[in-house]
Amino acid sequence: MMRQIKSSNFLTAGKLLLLAFLLTASAVASEPGNGTNIFTPASTPARMVTNLSVFVLVITGIIFVVVFTLLVYSVIKFRGRAGDTGREPPQVYGSTQIELAWTIIPILIVVVLFLATARVIHAVQDAPEPTGANEVTVIGHQYWWEFRYPKFGVVTANELHIPVSDPANPTPTFLTLLSADTDHSFWVPELAGKTDLIPNHPNRMWMDPQRTGIFLGQCAQYCGVQHAKMLLRISVDSPDDFAAWVHGQQQIAVQDASGAAGRRVFESNACMNCHAVEGTPANGRFGPDLTHLMSRVTIASGAAKNTPENLRLWIQDPNAIKPGSLMPAMKLSDSDLDAVVSYMETLR
Amino acid sequence: MSAMANPLPQTSATWSLPYRGKVAMAGLIIAESAIFTIFVVAYLFYMGKSLSGPTPREVLETPIFYTICLLSSSLTIHLAAKSLARDRVGAFLCLWVLTIVLGGTFMYGTAQEWHRLIYEHGLTISTNLFGTTYYSLVGLHAFHVTAGLVMLSTVAIFAVAGRVRVEQSHRVEVLSMYWHFVDAVWVVVFTVVYVLGR
Amino acid sequence: MSSNAITIPGVQIDEKSWVDTLHEWVTTVDHKRLGVLYILYALLFLVVAGVEALIIRVQLMFPHNHFVSPQVFNRLFTMHGTTMVFFMGMPILFGFANYLVPLMIGARDMAFPRLNAFSFWLSALGGFLLYFSLVGANGLYGAGNAPDVGWWAYAPLTAKAFSPGHSSDYWTLALLVSGFGSIGTAINIIATILCMRCPGMKLSRMPLLAWLNLVMSGMVLIAVSPLTAAQMMLLIDRYLGGHFFDTQAGGSAVLWMHFFWIFGHPEVYILIIPCFAFLSEIIPVFSRKPIFGYPVMVAATVCIGFVSMSVWAHHMFTIGMNSYANSFFTITTMAVGIPTGIKIFNWLGTMWGGKIQFKTPMLFSIGFLFQFLIAGLTGIMLGCSPFDWQLSLSYFVVAHFHYTLVGGVVFGVFAAIYYWYPKITGRMLNETLGKWHFWLFAIGFHLTFDLMHIPGLLGMPRRIYTYEPGRGWDTLNLLISVGAFIQAIAVLLFVANLIISYFKGEKAGNDPWDAWTLEWTTSSPPPAYNFASKPVVASRRPLWDLKHPEDPDGQYE
Repeated sequence: MMRQIKSSNFLTAGKLLLLAFLLTASAVASEPGNGTNIFTPASTPARMVTNLSVFVLVITGIIFVVVFTLLVYSVIKFRGRAGDTGREPPQVYGSTQIELAWTIIPILIVVVLFLATARVIHAVQDAPEPTGANEVTVIGHQYWWEFRYPKFGVVTANELHIPVSDPANPTPTFLTLLSADTDHSFWVPELAGKTDLIPNHPNRMWMDPQRTGIFLGQCAQYCGVQHAKMLLRISVDSPDDFAAWVHGQQQIAVQDASGAAGRRVFESNACMNCHAVEGTPANGRFGPDLTHLMSRVTIASGAAKNTPENLRLWIQDPNAIKPGSLMPAMKLSDSDLDAVVSYMETLR
Repeated sequence: MSAMANPLPQTSATWSLPYRGKVAMAGLIIAESAIFTIFVVAYLFYMGKSLSGPTPREVLETPIFYTICLLSSSLTIHLAAKSLARDRVGAFLCLWVLTIVLGGTFMYGTAQEWHRLIYEHGLTISTNLFGTTYYSLVGLHAFHVTAGLVMLSTVAIFAVAGRVRVEQSHRVEVLSMYWHFVDAVWVVVFTVVYVLGR
Repeated sequence: MSSNAITIPGVQIDEKSWVDTLHEWVTTVDHKRLGVLYILYALLFLVVAGVEALIIRVQLMFPHNHFVSPQVFNRLFTMHGTTMVFFMGMPILFGFANYLVPLMIGARDMAFPRLNAFSFWLSALGGFLLYFSLVGANGLYGAGNAPDVGWWAYAPLTAKAFSPGHSSDYWTLALLVSGFGSIGTAINIIATILCMRCPGMKLSRMPLLAWLNLVMSGMVLIAVSPLTAAQMMLLIDRYLGGHFFDTQAGGSAVLWMHFFWIFGHPEVYILIIPCFAFLSEIIPVFSRKPIFGYPVMVAATVCIGFVSMSVWAHHMFTIGMNSYANSFFTITTMAVGIPTGIKIFNWLGTMWGGKIQFKTPMLFSIGFLFQFLIAGLTGIMLGCSPFDWQLSLSYFVVAHFHYTLVGGVVFGVFAAIYYWYPKITGRMLNETLGKWHFWLFAIGFHLTFDLMHIPGLLGMPRRIYTYEPGRGWDTLNLLISVGAFIQAIAVLLFVANLIISYFKGEKAGNDPWDAWTLEWTTSSPPPAYNFASKPVVASRRPLWDLKHPEDPDGQYE
């Protein structure tokens, strides 16, 4: 009697769990647009991966249902009953046919899965690079991203702009991944699987986003204290918008008189040692290029919105926004701080 | 209830299992082989990849004589163990001490080579990838030779005091397994460093 | 843990003082006492690392939470992982192996009792060293800091340049030292099993627990050594100016990854195989049938032992290996799922047609079966290289490995404790408390780790001290944290059960579960010498033969 109650408790608990799980999953799925869902691909490599993943999920799902059912069935059907003590069930030691069957079937499943997988591995990793492809060199730093466009002579940081790719006439972007210090990983789920940035070990990846818009991601390989705030923001632009952006980035820094005082502060403190502003003596490479800082929506690799207040706070004490970041607090006076922020605001 | 009322005939008369000392030493040798394999892999991986500094070809001299010493010490220890198994303690002691001397000579050779590399060629563990992998691999091996020599010397001391007889021969065999392992590792290290690496 | 002393009339036996008892325990070379020491040591670290996990989960309950700083968070997940794998998982499994293997093969002790003690104290020293870092290390952020490089400690983050101070050195030394202890114990287990079985116990008649610990020990010898080697190299880099992993000098960060995972993957099989062993002893007894397909179970385990050495780079699918390497490691990873799946089917076959008794050890075992099925399938997903390019380094992986390690190893260990506690202490654990423990823990486990797969699919990376709101991760993280606290309550109940039952539990007798292997022939707890005379066996289930002399097992094997 007790045993029967226990096993039906088990079933009820199992059903409740499943219900709870499904309710939560559906509540979650309806949360406002997250943009980092691996099942909403917008680019060919991501799409190939998603299609393969669905195939794998279906097969493993079938295996799960079959074995789960057998387990549940055996737990219910073969439970011991009250009058059983002293009588042992038939002692079965094995069965060659059954064991052979449940060895061969998994082997076949593995062969099928492997063949499907190998095809996708090859298609993504060994894809030939068309002549018109966009080239970007990504250099990972503790805790920001450096982007260089060798064909255009553009250097920028943290926010990547790439052209949209028309499937009929693809213009993919090929990324070369390098690192200046520790390991990082470039992960924008809707555009591609992730690839690591490892010092002394250049990597290549590609993506051909098929719609314009903003795509989010972040560093996925633990790189130190502020690994969590090394965010990625990719703007996929129409061809015209992309050309306009490149053109803007290729210009030297805007010479705006209202920033002159701040520029003096910038150049006489240690800022120049780390940061570069094209067209001025500042050409430090340790920190992000600031030539067109105002063309970016965020600062500190996505840790804060690019507003004058945040900029001021960041320069005053980076640890207030990103504790452990490698930029030192410059200990500027209030007036110097205001001047530098005004200067930064001119760098469009 | 710990005795079994067993309807089947007793099997204890013919029940013999391997000697645990040998099994344990085999286990140790397997683990040590894995460690050495990793250092050898690192050496092979970094061959030719140093960015600067002396290369193996420039500075290494093949230690043929010292290698012969070490490899013959495998022969002498094998003969020593066999002698002890036949209760020929005098022969055992001579061959055992000869093993130690040959092993010690090998260590002297290594020391001499390192002295030359450091002081004449400026190659240290921090000079370049070759320095790092060379000193680590050869040094790890030398450490194991040293540990072996310590153990062999301990047995020699007891042997001189007359405490090592045929009854201890199985233990001596275990130790000689270790020594053969150390020599086998040297064959690999020698090939990788002095033959392939140059 | 008293021995069965016989009172001799007229002879004065002094009462043992607590100092003498303590001394006995500290200097013991008895495999049973060392086994208990290992288990208690591991349970202590289970609680410590569990608290670390709870703090992590509080920090992650809400986006942009400020419960702990990023520096503290990074130390927490490093310590949690390192502690759970090396100072909870390994010791508790070595503890059970130590206790049970000699008893199950009819031996008097392990092959090398003093090496056994030495190995235990080395492992204990390792745990102490790791936690001493809290006091002794002089990390980047001030005096006394725990390592914060993750339990896998990738180069070049561990180089002196990026990890100044000594926190990483404590990590390295703690594992180096306890690694030697592990190798010592593995050598001991192998020598014991191969050289000390009682007469009649051919290898084909050994309990599966002995077989699986034999395979596990062989794997320890081959797999722990690469980690030892890599750590020596790291120390050479950090202190002697070596360049093994120094990318500025042409060294390779990827080499560390290879060496670490050549250790790291077999390590997880080292952790799970002893739990397979527990299941292979517990499920037959509570289904009242012999294990289904003993020879295949042995063969499958040996197969897992070998194949698991060839899959390591599935942890490295994103580092930029070429398509042939990625394909190779995909096929080997999927291949190792086959013998593992076979084992699940064999346990299912054991239960099939039996008369299942739902005592607590069996509840945890059944939980293990469901969970390991799921964990194995998510493992297949991760083994599919392109799928892994999305899933790797995300919370999907964290969910998968906690499914295997908590849903597998911890459930298996709980099953083993409920099953063998009566033998070790002479008293039964309370069944009611046991069932509360099981259900609470299962509910908490599933709430946390079922849901945890989803943030991974939604793009949440791991090892982050906080996350951005509005990506669909918020509610899930909150619920995951709630589940963690439910598990904590269950563990508290468990600890209470262990303590209360020690003093007030029902007396167990020799064989409370009506089982069939040799350890149940001794008293509970067994005498120091285990068996008054050497047992002689004629089948895989010596006690079945005794209890059913009309139908001995030997004729069917």
